[in-house]
Amino acid sequence: MATATATISSKGIWNGGNEPLKASYGKLMMWFFLLSDAFSFSALLITYGLIRYSHPAGSLENFQFSQETWPIPDQVFNAIPFLHGVHMPLVFVGIMTFILIMSSVTMVLAVEAGHRMDKKDVQKWMLWTIIGGLTFLGCQAWEWTHFIIGTEEGFTFTDVLGNVREVFGANLHINQYGPPAFADLFFFITGFHGFHVFSGVCLNFLIFYNTVTGVYHQRGHYEMVEKVGLYWHFVDLVWVFVFTFFYLI
Amino acid sequence: MAHHVEHTQSGEIPKANTKAIWRTFWILLILTAFEFLIALGIDMDSRLKAAIFIIMTFVKAFYIVGEFMHLKHEVKALIWSIVIPTGFIVWLILALLIEGNAILQVR
Repeated sequence: MATATATISSKGIWNGGNEPLKASYGKLMMWFFLLSDAFSFSALLITYGLIRYSHPAGSLENFQFSQETWPIPDQVFNAIPFLHGVHMPLVFVGIMTFILIMSSVTMVLAVEAGHRMDKKDVQKWMLWTIIGGLTFLGCQAWEWTHFIIGTEEGFTFTDVLGNVREVFGANLHINQYGPPAFADLFFFITGFHGFHVFSGVCLNFLIFYNTVTGVYHQRGHYEMVEKVGLYWHFVDLVWVFVFTFFYLI
Repeated sequence: MAHHVEHTQSGEIPKANTKAIWRTFWILLILTAFEFLIALGIDMDSRLKAAIFIIMTFVKAFYIVGEFMHLKHEVKALIWSIVIPTGFIVWLILALLIEGNAILQVR
């Protein structure tokens, strides 16, 4: 619960009774939770980096899918909804990034409206943030579906026993694009992130509901919007890193 | 942390002050567009590309954390308690990328 500006008690700044870092308990705890979550995501991305760079990369000029070489991202992620067969590398993921950044902007605008005790604006911007989050989840679901189903050509290869096999799409054991680790890491990292987006949307909806029913206005401050905003920005930040490491590098 | 809310004479809600927010948005958008241009348009050494992407990602992270999450305007101790552990993560990323490449060379 927010207190007034810190008055240093007679016992000193770190001995209780005030806010040493000039932030409320709830906000501070959210920051440290986000730091711990950053460790989790970093562990996944570092693992991705290690595995990816321990595989040889496919040749740039005459790129082909292979089980040994790591695929080039813009040869894998080049589909876009409603345009079957059209190759638009990284366009869809760019749209997803834009949607998530936009929803972060609407979240900041909601926080700013909360500072002015403007209930109507908080509602409006929270609703836009929720819509942005749901749109991102829908896009990610489409991306997964297309990744799992695969392209029409698929990938044909001869396995260790000498049998000729054809692979379409991806699952956790084998995929048409590259080594099994490629699909495994894709599902795990984007799935873990998508789970965070989903929980963020749920939290945002809860706060939206509380805003509409006047809980925060009665409380006298919209700090809960700020705290949930921190979580939402973190989700956006993680996507910026995932997008860079998975799709660009 | 109670915020000082300025009310006008008649007690109505003050106008929104969103210039800084939209400015940060445009910076993020332009940086991302520039990244796409480099990814798809220009032909350059892939390691140089990777370096540029990573640098731009950190610039974007600086703006998201500093402005959207307001960290730039918090108390110094809080800023450092977030930034220093993140520095360790960055070191770990670089160290293990290099290890991964070393594994590839030895294979």
